[in-house]
Amino acid sequence: MALDPLPVLNDPSPDELRERIEAAIPDSRVTEADGDGHHFRVTVISDSFEGVSRINRHRTINEIFEGELGGRIHALSISCQTSEEAK
Amino acid sequence: MSETEANPLREAIAGAIAEKEVLLFMKGTPEAPMCGFSARTVATLEAHEATFFSVDVLPDPRIREELSAISNWPTIPQLFVKGELVGGCDIITEMADTGELATVLGVKAPAQPAAKAPETVQAPPLTIGDATAE
Repeated sequence: MALDPLPVLNDPSPDELRERIEAAIPDSRVTEADGDGHHFRVTVISDSFEGVSRINRHRTINEIFEGELGGRIHALSISCQTSEEAK
Repeated sequence: MSETEANPLREAIAGAIAEKEVLLFMKGTPEAPMCGFSARTVATLEAHEATFFSVDVLPDPRIREELSAISNWPTIPQLFVKGELVGGCDIITEMADTGELATVLGVKAPAQPAAKAPETVQAPPLTIGDATAE
């Protein structure tokens, strides 16, 4: 009895991460998205980060990928800035 | 399959966070980090000549599960100062660059970047067992 093949999950791409972040945080721009399919780095600019601690800025991004970090997305390096800080 | 009320591991982790002024949960030990992000965070703390305790999360996967449940933070390393989560590797690196980390740690900002750090005296690695035994 042959087992059904396991469903194949595509490796995430930097573009996928960019699109999901920009969709989840309405006024955001992802100015950097690099990765090799497992380790990623993103830089997110959004004025919604104004007055928000670094921890909570990162939590906003972590929540978008909840359940995938450490798994499908092995590692995600995050930098979050307001447009003022990015100047 | 009933979950018991008492959770000694979670209590030991929460106790260590409350008790140790600077506490780093990491993969491996400061002497032998097992992950690049943990290694970079240790190097940054050492460059600040900060005294810190560390907990290796690798020996038991439950340490990491319980820690993330307490901290609402998914990844390792995690640095706690005075009972508060300061951040993981990215945040610590950014705060070192801006000088904020020295302020949080109550130390002088290092003159040189982390890579050139001198050997510093460190607190011994802390195990969860030690934290409860004290």
